[in-house]
Amino acid sequence: MTTKMFGLPVQRTEDQRLITGKGGYLDDLGAGAYAAAFVRSPHAHARVRDIDVMAALEVDGLVAVYTHDDLTGPMAEPLPLLIPHPSILDGRTAHALAKEYVHHVGEPVAMVVARDRYIAEDVVERIAVDYEILDPVVGIEQALLAERVVHAGMGDNVAAHLVQEVGDARAAIAAAPNRLDVELDIERSACTPMEGRGVYARWDGPDQMLRLYSSTQTASGVRAAVAAKLELQLGQVEVVVPDVGGGFGVKIMHPWPEEVMVPWAARALGHEVKWTEDRREHFVAAAHERAQHQRVTVGFDDDGRLLGLDVDISHDNGAYLPYGVIVPIITSTQLLGPYKPGAYRVEFRSLYTTTAIVTPYRGAGRPQGVFAMERTMDAIAQHLGMDRAEVRAVNFIQPDEMPYDQGLLFQDGRPLIYDSGDYPTSLAMIKDLVGWDDFTAYREEARAQGRTVGLGLACYVEGTGPGPYEGGHVQVETNGKVRVATGLTSQGQGHQTVLAQIVADELGVPMSDIEVTTGDTRRMAYSVGTYASRGAIMSGSAVALAARRLREKALRIAADALEADSGDLEIVDGRIRVKGSPASGIELGTVAVLSNPLRYAFDEASKAATQFTGAADFAKPPVAEDDEPGLEGTDFYSPLRCTFASGMHAVIVETDPETADIKILRYCVVHDCGKLINPLIVEGQVHGGVAQGVAGALYERMAYDPGGQLLNASFMDFLMPYASEVPTIEIDHLETPSPLNPLGIKGAGEAGVIPGAAVLAAAIEDAEGFAIQRMPISPSELFHLRRRFASGEIAPLPGRAAPAPTNEQES
Amino acid sequence: MKPPPFSYHAPASLPHALSLLAETGSDGKVLAGGQSLIPLLNMRLAAPAHLVDINGITELDRVDTDATGVRVGALARHSRVEADPAAAAAVPLLGQGLRLVAHPVIRNRGTTVGSLAHADPSAEMTAALALLGGSVVAASTDGERTIDVADFFVGPMESSLRTGELLVSAHFPRPPAGSGTAFAELARRHGDYAMCGVAALVTLDQDLRVCAARAAYLSVAPVPLVLDLTEPLAGRPPGTADFAAAGRMTRGRLEPEEDIHATAEYRAHLAEVLTARALREAAQAAIRTSLDPAESAREGAPT
Repeated sequence: MTTKMFGLPVQRTEDQRLITGKGGYLDDLGAGAYAAAFVRSPHAHARVRDIDVMAALEVDGLVAVYTHDDLTGPMAEPLPLLIPHPSILDGRTAHALAKEYVHHVGEPVAMVVARDRYIAEDVVERIAVDYEILDPVVGIEQALLAERVVHAGMGDNVAAHLVQEVGDARAAIAAAPNRLDVELDIERSACTPMEGRGVYARWDGPDQMLRLYSSTQTASGVRAAVAAKLELQLGQVEVVVPDVGGGFGVKIMHPWPEEVMVPWAARALGHEVKWTEDRREHFVAAAHERAQHQRVTVGFDDDGRLLGLDVDISHDNGAYLPYGVIVPIITSTQLLGPYKPGAYRVEFRSLYTTTAIVTPYRGAGRPQGVFAMERTMDAIAQHLGMDRAEVRAVNFIQPDEMPYDQGLLFQDGRPLIYDSGDYPTSLAMIKDLVGWDDFTAYREEARAQGRTVGLGLACYVEGTGPGPYEGGHVQVETNGKVRVATGLTSQGQGHQTVLAQIVADELGVPMSDIEVTTGDTRRMAYSVGTYASRGAIMSGSAVALAARRLREKALRIAADALEADSGDLEIVDGRIRVKGSPASGIELGTVAVLSNPLRYAFDEASKAATQFTGAADFAKPPVAEDDEPGLEGTDFYSPLRCTFASGMHAVIVETDPETADIKILRYCVVHDCGKLINPLIVEGQVHGGVAQGVAGALYERMAYDPGGQLLNASFMDFLMPYASEVPTIEIDHLETPSPLNPLGIKGAGEAGVIPGAAVLAAAIEDAEGFAIQRMPISPSELFHLRRRFASGEIAPLPGRAAPAPTNEQES
Repeated sequence: MKPPPFSYHAPASLPHALSLLAETGSDGKVLAGGQSLIPLLNMRLAAPAHLVDINGITELDRVDTDATGVRVGALARHSRVEADPAAAAAVPLLGQGLRLVAHPVIRNRGTTVGSLAHADPSAEMTAALALLGGSVVAASTDGERTIDVADFFVGPMESSLRTGELLVSAHFPRPPAGSGTAFAELARRHGDYAMCGVAALVTLDQDLRVCAARAAYLSVAPVPLVLDLTEPLAGRPPGTADFAAAGRMTRGRLEPEEDIHATAEYRAHLAEVLTARALREAAQAAIRTSLDPAESAREGAPT
């Protein structure tokens, strides 16, 4: 038997190429292309009175300058609202180039095309835009207040408003023996992939064809959107996604203004045009996420069991709403985690502000939901004097209650029904891993040494792998090599490896004979994209189904050739043979030759498929009526609904009593993404996710000033953690298979980031003895909280001591 | 992120560099390691018409140690200074500070003298030069002049270097016998500019009692401020010295500013805490070097 690859920690096949500098990223393409650069608004909110390009025209090497006045037809209209939803009250989207108003710093106002990027930037500096400066709206409080309005014609800043309710939560809370109010804030962060956005377009005039390369998470989405804007037929547009240096969600947003302007200019100029985003542009003109204000009211019994949960969320969606309300919908629904909430009411307002747009960033609203729920769980435990793990345990959905219907509609428009999961086992595993029951002794030991430590726990459930569908195409070449294509894109996940593992098992061929292509509309036109931890589930299932079709056909052809029953055949190392008599067999490549009846031979092997060789059945046509030539299989996977992965994180932190510096001593993860295709890759995903979770909890924030200027739009001041800030991550896996897909898998891409803010807030709170209600938190902020705690302004946690006199009080 | 146009000059000798700087005047800018200048150019925050690249002037790439201390040439990279065993033995503070300067790849390119010329009050090397009472040598077509550190740093990113002058070397004096030094700082991330940093020097007498203590500060004043903190420690052995009291002496004497990473109040608090820590560590180093002079080499040796 060929070794089964599924489940093995196979080394990533992409890495040799990528880490030896042989990757081909967007900016590696198009050396002969003109370069584009954009004049961007320096103001958060303004009206464009005039754009004066006279001083720019004398720059040698300038090709063209475009403003909104140059655009016509669909190009002059707003960009699409990608995901319409009934809760959207007034869905505003940007124009490709600003039309009269700008609503955030960084919004493109004019496009410059020049011989190279240096010249293009020289030109940008010389274009004078006359702005009438309008009032900025920055932050949730100001957006809610609505004394200033972001969009002309609106009475307030509420882009969308949604209430979902299961049972009568307010009545349940009123009747509950215990009740708590928790008020929480979480700030903006962003994906910040190593490679920013980028677009490179080639217009073929004689063929009237557009070839577009984009650093995107959706080739098919960009293709459809660009075709619509440029008034081309889909068949005239090819979108190819080269190597992508990270996405983390920001590149599922499309079409960006630049993504339609670059091909439009390439066609207008009859010349290749390329735009490569720089870091500052990425900070101000791409997308952010996370900022929410949350008010939670919870009613519970004396055992800590939830009776009613009422959550009010204010969500900052930035200047426009192109991606709809997916993020606050996910927060509202995934907030429930592994728990039965009793009656549940959740209401959100999605708010316009004059800041960069908000679209999904790894975790996509879940970190905020988990923050709300897990902070509430800790508050209940403290109120009742219970163990924090125990409060969670009494509220868990039990394994025998699966599938469990939470009674809400999820982000894919389908019911929020958990398919499988084993939360009590996960909890036992995480307690064991972190040493939960020994922590009191550890804390005492640390205290004796003058050290302050704290322990935190946070649980999550993550709906992964939403539809509508993905496709797989598998083809065996006549040399026996296998070509696999799927439409969604790769930006570091290791799709080439895991999809090859799956196909290797299905076809019985070695992985080294399999080549995988993603994100190329020439190879797979029908696709949706890479988001919501769906790559393995969707494309993994699709290529498995496609490979099964191919296998069936290969066995049928081989059975004819070998004069055997196809049921007696197996495929081992790329050779189809009769079980029990391995000498009698045929190579898959030869089957590929036979699968395509030929008039003309083109090499020695292909002679076997020509018309005067072999025995033909004169009663049948060379290609049967229900068959087609070639050894290929195509299939699509469309799930009934999401499959729900889950996990629990526990951390131990140490806080410096003097400097308020925060150190992570242990970071433990129990992770359940169903069957593991490749444990090495899953652990890599967890590591990367945890790094971004730590980032959002302790380091990263978008520091907008009251005027809407982003003060830290560089990697010097936006504190993405280095390897030195990311703790060693200890992982334990639980495998609860999904019944919803042919492989039993669940998504793993986002999980690591989800409980980061919640678990670190819990641990810091536990160390300090007062509530932590706002994340991220810096040493400076912790210092000031300590001051307020010392002065009595902040109360100690229930059951915890009032502040001891410290040297801080002396100052 | 592309620089505006500039003329690039790559002189191979010091006289040529100086004549270029004289010709280009305030339109000229010296390029050494480029770790600050290149990002400023790429972000179009600086637009000098002429860049005078001194990387070809190999005579400036030197680190010389003698009885007086360590003289660092304008082209010596941080990493070279950090790895120089004689320099480490003479002035352990160099190594103690340099390992806090950004990351190895930046230290491989960035120059110690370039950092001084940049006059960033958040930089470790400016504080080290200030603490040790060092000096720099500036050259121009008119000749050379030596500038005492007390006269060199004028304000944030501002030195007394004149138009047409090139900073050719810096002298870090050897601390007096019986001295120990230490660096304590807190940065948001490893290698970032410190929210507050303290370089401390403690000198013990022959009875191993403190006879002098001072500290230089990063990120809490417009220039690398030096405070004399001898008073609460004088005559005490390090084991019973009240370093916290020395820390409290910083109160009211610093001018920290708020930024997105730390409030002014927090920086002042850090200055107090880190002063005590750095002094304690420096005093311990002073004991070790007093008991075993060879220890000094180990203090500053690269890790």
